[in-house]
Amino acid sequence: MNLIESPPFKRDLDAPKLNCTEPVLTMRSVSHRFGDVRALNNVDVTVYPGEVLGIVGESGSGKSTLLRMMNLEDIPDQGDYRLAIPGATQNLFALDRFARRMLRARHIGIVYQNPHLGLLMRNSSSGNVAERLLISGERRFSALRSRAREAFDASEFPLERMDAPPIELSGGMQQRVQLAKALALEPALLLLDEPTTGLDVSVQAMVLDTLKRLQRDRPITMVLVSHDLGVIRTMADRVIVMRRGRVVEEGLADQIFQDPQHAYTQSLVHAKL
Amino acid sequence: MTTLRQLTRPWRPMSYGFLDSSAKRELRRKLLKAIAIPGCQIPYASREVPMARGWGTGGLQVTLTLLKPSSVVKVIDQGADEGVNAVSIRHFLAKVSGARETIDTCEATIIQSRHRVPEEVMRNDQILVLQVPEPEPLRPVEHHISAARQMHADADYARLWLILYEQMVRTGRIMQATEYPSLVNGRYVMSPSPIPRWDVPKLHMAHHLTLLSAGREKRLYAVPPFTRVEPLAFCDVPYRVEDHAHLTCSRSGLNGYFMNEVPQDDGGSLFELSDSGLCQKALRRAAGEDVPIGPTWYRNGVM
Repeated sequence: MNLIESPPFKRDLDAPKLNCTEPVLTMRSVSHRFGDVRALNNVDVTVYPGEVLGIVGESGSGKSTLLRMMNLEDIPDQGDYRLAIPGATQNLFALDRFARRMLRARHIGIVYQNPHLGLLMRNSSSGNVAERLLISGERRFSALRSRAREAFDASEFPLERMDAPPIELSGGMQQRVQLAKALALEPALLLLDEPTTGLDVSVQAMVLDTLKRLQRDRPITMVLVSHDLGVIRTMADRVIVMRRGRVVEEGLADQIFQDPQHAYTQSLVHAKL
Repeated sequence: MTTLRQLTRPWRPMSYGFLDSSAKRELRRKLLKAIAIPGCQIPYASREVPMARGWGTGGLQVTLTLLKPSSVVKVIDQGADEGVNAVSIRHFLAKVSGARETIDTCEATIIQSRHRVPEEVMRNDQILVLQVPEPEPLRPVEHHISAARQMHADADYARLWLILYEQMVRTGRIMQATEYPSLVNGRYVMSPSPIPRWDVPKLHMAHHLTLLSAGREKRLYAVPPFTRVEPLAFCDVPYRVEDHAHLTCSRSGLNGYFMNEVPQDDGGSLFELSDSGLCQKALRRAAGEDVPIGPTWYRNGVM
C-alpha cells in the first residue's frame, strides 16, 4: 500500500497485517516545542513485537505529547517515526494528513483517559466500533455487527449492552468500549493514555485484568502511559522514564522499580503520599 | 449623424432576467464549474431577489440565469404547480424574461422545483433546478464548515454511513426519508435536496441536467446528464423507496406513483398524485381530451 499516493476514495481493507520480525515502532531524535517550552528533546523510542512499554514521568514531562506523536495526531518539529507495516517504509511524520489518518484508522488503536475524546457519546456503543470499520471501508451491515460483537467480546463488554450509548455507561464500561473500538481492526499498535485514571480501584483492576488477558491471548504491542506506577508495574515489560521532555532512564520494569539508577527515577519510585 | 440617443440604450426598469449581467456571468461560471465537478458544492455570491431567503432564492437565481425569451418554464412546489409560491415564482420568471409558462413537464425547457422531481421522464433538452435549503450533507455530523470541506476533500464519509448504521440498530430499517445522502460520480456525497427517496433514483444516469442551488447558504452543485447518483446503502441492506406502489389517486385513478396522503374526517385517508401536472393531464385525458402523457420513471411503483 502506498500511503502517500493512495487516493481518498480507495480503501484497503485486506491489507496484510503486521510482520513481527523487527521492532514494531521506532522513533528517532523526536523534538518538539510549544512556544518557549521544549516538550520533547531528542527522544528515541523502540517498541518490540508483543511487548508492553510503560512511559512514566511527572506532569508536563512529555508523556502524552509523545503518545500523540505515536498516534500521528501531532507532528513534531523534527524526528523520524517508523512502524513495521508492510509498504510503509518512509518516515511517517512526512506523510500527508490523509495518509496519516488512514494509517491511524487501520493500524493504530488508542484508549484515552477521557472517553469523551475517543467516543461519540450519543451514538450506540456498537456504532462507535462500527465507525472505525466504516473508515476502513467495510460496507456490510452484518459484518459490522459481527465484528463489533467480536471486539466487545475481546474487551469483556456485555454484549446485551452493545447498542447502549456510552453516555449511559459507567466509566469502566466506557473504557471497555474504547478498547473494543481500538481492537476492532486488530491494530499493530495499541496506545493507552492513562486508561485507568479516574476509575475506582475495583474497576481499575477489572480493566487491567482485561488488558492482561488480551496481552496473553493475542500478543498485542502496547504503549501505556500512566502516572500510576502500580499500573505500570503490573502491565509493563519495559519502562521509559521521562522528565522535561527527555528520556532519563530506560530499562526492564523490574530493573527500573527495584534498582533505579537515575536520581529522578529513584525519587519517583520511592515517592509516597 | 449618430445621436446620443442612438448610442445609449433606452431606460428599462430592470435588466433582462432581473439579475444584472455581472451576477449572471458569475453564476454561469459557477454553474460550469459545478457541472465539471459533479456533486461538488461551489460557493457563489447569492444576490438579493424579491423573495425572502428560504423560499427558493437559490433556485430562482439559477433559473433567472438560464432563462431566455424562447424558454418554457414550469415551477413545482412539493409536486404542485398551483401552490401560491410556485405560481408567484412562475409569474415572476415569465414577467422578467418573456418566457412562456406551463404546467406540462413535457413542454417545459426549465423546471424549477421545490422537493420533487416530476414523474414524467425528462429529456436531454430540459433542465431541472432544485431549490435546496441545506446543501451540506455532513451538517448533521460536522457543524464546522471548514472541517466539513476537509472531509469532502478526503472523501471521509464514514460518519454518514454511521447515521445509517444507527438507524438500522435502533429501528431495523433506514429511516432517512428525505435529503438522502447520495454519492455522485463515485466521488462527492451530495444532499439531493429534500426530495423523497422515491425521486433519488430518477437522478441516476438521467438524460437531463440537474442543478441544485441554496440561496441562503450560497452554494450550488450539479448532476450532469448520464452521471451516477448512488444513494448510500449497505451491501446487504438494499436502498428502498417509499412503498406507494399499491396506492391509487382518488382524483385521477392513476396508481403506482408517489402520492400525497389526505386525512379524512372518518380517520381514514385518501391519496392524491403528488405530481399535480400529471394528475391534471390524466383528468383531461379521462374527459376525452387528446393530452400527451410522456413516459414515466416508475410504472406500477417499479422503476
